[in-house]
Amino acid sequence: MSSIAKKKGFGASVWDYLTTVDHKKIAILYLAAGGLFFVIGGIEAMLIRIQLAKPDNDFVSAGLFNEIITMHGTTMIFLAAMPILFGFMNAVMPLQIGARDVAFPFLNALGFWLFLFGGIFLNLSWFMGGAPDAGWTSYASLSLASPGHGIDFYALGLQISGAGTYIGGINFLVTIINMRAPGMTYMRMPLMTWTTFVASALILFAFPPLTIGLFFLILDRMFGANFFDHTMGGNTIIWEHLFWIFGHPEVYILILPAFGIFSEIFALFSRKRLFGYSSMVFATVLIGFLGFMVWAHHMFTVGLGPTANAIFAVATMAIAVPTGMKIFNWLLTIWGGSIKVTVPMLYALGFIPSFVAGGVTGVMQAAAPLDYQLHDSYFIVAHFHYVIVGGVVLAILAALHLYWPLMFNQMLSEKLGKWTFWFFFIGFHMTFFIQHFLGLMGMPRRVFTFRADQGWDLFNLISSIGAVFMAIGVIILVINIIITVAKNVPVGNDPWEDGRTLEWAIPQPVPFYNFKQTPLVRGLDTFWIEKQEGNKEGMTYAEPISDIHMPNNSFIPFVMTVGLFVAAFGALYNGEKTWAVPVLVLGLAITLLSMAVRSLKDDHGYHIHKEDLMNEKGGK
Amino acid sequence: MDFNTKYTPQTWPEHPEQVTLEGKNKFLGFWLFLGGETVLFASLFATYLALKNKGPSGMEYSTQTLFELPLVFVMTMLLLTSSLTSVYAMYHMKNHNFKGMQTWMAITVLLGLGFLCLEIYEFNHYVHIGFTYGQSAFSSAFFTLVGTHGIHVVIGLVWIILLILRNAKRGFSLYNAPKYYTASLYWHFIDVVWVFIFTVVYLMGVVG
Ligand code: HEM
Ligand SMILES: [Cu+2]
Repeated sequence: MSSIAKKKGFGASVWDYLTTVDHKKIAILYLAAGGLFFVIGGIEAMLIRIQLAKPDNDFVSAGLFNEIITMHGTTMIFLAAMPILFGFMNAVMPLQIGARDVAFPFLNALGFWLFLFGGIFLNLSWFMGGAPDAGWTSYASLSLASPGHGIDFYALGLQISGAGTYIGGINFLVTIINMRAPGMTYMRMPLMTWTTFVASALILFAFPPLTIGLFFLILDRMFGANFFDHTMGGNTIIWEHLFWIFGHPEVYILILPAFGIFSEIFALFSRKRLFGYSSMVFATVLIGFLGFMVWAHHMFTVGLGPTANAIFAVATMAIAVPTGMKIFNWLLTIWGGSIKVTVPMLYALGFIPSFVAGGVTGVMQAAAPLDYQLHDSYFIVAHFHYVIVGGVVLAILAALHLYWPLMFNQMLSEKLGKWTFWFFFIGFHMTFFIQHFLGLMGMPRRVFTFRADQGWDLFNLISSIGAVFMAIGVIILVINIIITVAKNVPVGNDPWEDGRTLEWAIPQPVPFYNFKQTPLVRGLDTFWIEKQEGNKEGMTYAEPISDIHMPNNSFIPFVMTVGLFVAAFGALYNGEKTWAVPVLVLGLAITLLSMAVRSLKDDHGYHIHKEDLMNEKGGK
Repeated sequence: MDFNTKYTPQTWPEHPEQVTLEGKNKFLGFWLFLGGETVLFASLFATYLALKNKGPSGMEYSTQTLFELPLVFVMTMLLLTSSLTSVYAMYHMKNHNFKGMQTWMAITVLLGLGFLCLEIYEFNHYVHIGFTYGQSAFSSAFFTLVGTHGIHVVIGLVWIILLILRNAKRGFSLYNAPKYYTASLYWHFIDVVWVFIFTVVYLMGVVG
């Protein structure tokens, strides 16, 4: 079992990835699948901007437009941004804390497959009678009335992929709490690990309300329940509460890892310790906590009353304080640093003004009386794209360049990377800055067209041209990736030369057991400390070389997921097709049986023996 | 620390569920999972309270006319007792008394089954008198909250039965100790949720 460097055929590699429980391979799967959904969501975005490029356009119909914006938002949040971040967390966090694997490798794989099949299910709606069309928020007042099966695809698909995210969150939490190397105290954990930790805690408490909300929607639409139907005593506002109790923490689930990535980048390329490390940790935890207190700022116009609105307005504004702390800490990290403007650093520098702009509009919207004007206008669209694209997506692009050598032992081209950056960055501001003014001029969000005499033509056209710039940037990135993979030049250890944290201390390519010997962490930025002291190996070890215990690969996560996937079709056609209930039962049976097999069959894993470890010089 | 090591009562560790790294992870992961489950039930409770007694105009069903406390009281007693018996099982696990543990786990299952039968009887009764799942927002919220708890009971029962059967011939190991431990944690959680259901749904429904 312990021989590593066998050349495999194509079929064997596929089987390897279908059954893998290695966090580094699962990271690649997340990245690939998330990247694919990112491209799909991007194409949907382009369709939206083509439709809105000129007044009275009939490029797509009103109904199709609603489907496109719904799928764009849902895809980008649930299937692109979050999974890609999960990919980086998987790739980096265990290495940063000196762990050989995550706490639950099996569940890690299960989480990925659930996400993927949930996403596929959701997107199958395009080919099976129409996509969901009630917006990514899917307010019950709209979604109950939506004909066809689009909303059912939305509810069931998100249920499956949400379960995957939830499992992933628990896995990360336990990994960080239980599996840190000796010396890796909480206050020595790199910021990427800290933000993974807090984001996972948010997942743990934010996803259950979404699960319940989605179940209500499923039960109402497919099983005759009446949660949201007011003629039967139901109440549609319940959906809005449940959705936003999930939804606001969700935006922090996205942005906190982005903060983590940028914290790593600022320290690395300023060649300086992160300024205000402990206040960064404090701010991260505080943001996570406050993130649960503000959901009703999405519901100011619902009519909860002035008291509720006032409380939620003040709580929302309070979040700007820890966020501001972070911005100043980053600035002071760069201050006086010996700065190297690589591609990741470019993204980080571009992130600061962009995200600050998004934060400022956020505080504006938090003023409830003003929000009555701004709500459901293009101003909102501008705000959330400034925080999500200017924050999360820039972080993802930065991390792609930063961690590519760690994940693939290759370096993406810096030159092409800079082209991508400038196209994307300029295009981004061109597209969304002007939408603030469209909003102030009265253009509502989620409209499929506008009239020529409304005075919105020029700004919409500029916005659409900006989108083309972003698309060009992404295309250059894809070319960059293809060239890099084709060239396949190995980069070796410490590819950025100034690595500070443990993940950069590992010999490249990273061996599948990560650490031959568990490292001893001697401070914040432990790799930097070792280098300063002239330690050629980059690590002090906490143990002699000894046998390593590894988990076995397993096909069960895949089968369990397929079961749920099948069951979802049964639920979807319940009461409409005669085969619906048998299919539902069959799918659930597949899942439950594979669960039973998993728990009844002992699986102790295997050991890599000391002698084999001694023979291999650090890896493959 | 090998999974297959055989222990005697003297060498058996104080906290067998947390000796191996796998055990520790399972222990912590399961607690976290229960944290999420708590939020899940909190959402269901909040919805139930919002929709309690709400229905189409002129609805004749209400908590006062529907619920019968004596039946629910018996159900509560069965479930509370089953929690106690699962504590006995864990007590025997700590003392390395395998037979004792299996026996008390089996008693736990029997009590849980009793609870389940009464719940099925109760639901069946409601449906018979016309209080069906789709009758009103109230009925949907009631059946979903109490039914979700019921599904948890079923899962817990299947899980514990499988554990008892699978390990019947094997005795204790550091591999199965965490499994028993988390199963009993789960069972306690189900019990705690029921205490809230009993209070919020039934007691406050009939009295409040
Ligand atoms: C200083 C921090 C922030 C404040 C004060 C803030 C405030 C707000 C407010 C009040 C709204 C509701 C506006 C309305 O619909 O009338 C809103 C919407 C939104 N925000 Fe933020 N926000 C902040 C940061 C973020 C971050 C970091 C993200 C994501 C990474 C984000 C994503 C969103 C999204 C997606 C919406 C629109 C949801 C929808 O209706 O579809 N916000 N924000
Ligand atoms: Cu919000």
